[in-house]
Amino acid sequence: MSVTERELELGHQFEDLEQQTEAYTVGMWVFLVTEVLFFGALFMAYIVYRSMYPQDFFAASGELDIALGGLNTAILITSSLTMALAVRSAMLDRWKAQIGYILATMGFAFAFLVIKYFEYSSKFEHHLFPGEHFDFKGENGEHAEMFFSLYFAMTGLHGIHVLVGILIMVALVYRTWRMRAQRQDYIPIELTGLYWHFVDIVWIFLYPLLYLIGPLGSGKG
Amino acid sequence: MSVHILPVKVYVRVFVALMVGLAITVWVATQDLGTWNTIVAMTIAVAKAMVVALFFMHLRYSSRLTMIWAGAGVFFLLILFALTMGDFDTRWFQVKGW
Repeated sequence: MSVTERELELGHQFEDLEQQTEAYTVGMWVFLVTEVLFFGALFMAYIVYRSMYPQDFFAASGELDIALGGLNTAILITSSLTMALAVRSAMLDRWKAQIGYILATMGFAFAFLVIKYFEYSSKFEHHLFPGEHFDFKGENGEHAEMFFSLYFAMTGLHGIHVLVGILIMVALVYRTWRMRAQRQDYIPIELTGLYWHFVDIVWIFLYPLLYLIGPLGSGKG
Repeated sequence: MSVHILPVKVYVRVFVALMVGLAITVWVATQDLGTWNTIVAMTIAVAKAMVVALFFMHLRYSSRLTMIWAGAGVFFLLILFALTMGDFDTRWFQVKGW
């Protein structure tokens, strides 16, 4: 099946559907490049401070819950699978399956945020949120505080992206339902998928960098 | 232009590969490899990111222009890292705290 067979809305600025699809896809990737550099700045800060205080980052990382972080990694990977299947369903004009897979993806995303909420709560309880009440039980507390500043900034920015993803998916479910009687362009869900997989990739890097440098391993940083 | 509709098994295989990657990452973290711990973990993470980009994000089936943009993201990220660390690693003074 080709896109040109579909009766889709073609923007008047485009020659044909092929050009429109290409423009949308490239445009989304351009946005993702800005996102890479947005997160990149935080990763840069992480690299600088970890190279300065490897031992203290090692000790501070030990406070994070490896099991919950790993569970969240598995949840996000699974949500990427359901998102990919939602895009595939859209390409095949299976709107019911598409809605089902989007809802599943939203469910996983929500589960991710719930687990994140419990992790954050535990950090607050143990006075590990940077600021006035920060109290780290090891040496060089101010360096551990830097680690937790980066932890909250990086996972916080990532969490906001997960939340935005859920909101976009709500809109997508509504759109798919409203247009169920007609053939739909798969591009909206394809672009949402690109965004969602990007969010997954960010977490793929965050998990080992924040959770897995701790006392599980060498201790040499 | 035809739409590339991949079989479900491709997506399932990618999913399994990512899960195996996660398991290996956690296992490697329990081993004492010194500085190699981070190198191995990042190598696995890059491999996982590549798999996600190539298959879930359909980069493998995308136009050259799309691939160039994806490459540009990595390229500029490496410029950011390389120039910043080039600065930090060659300063004659030690930055004290923050």
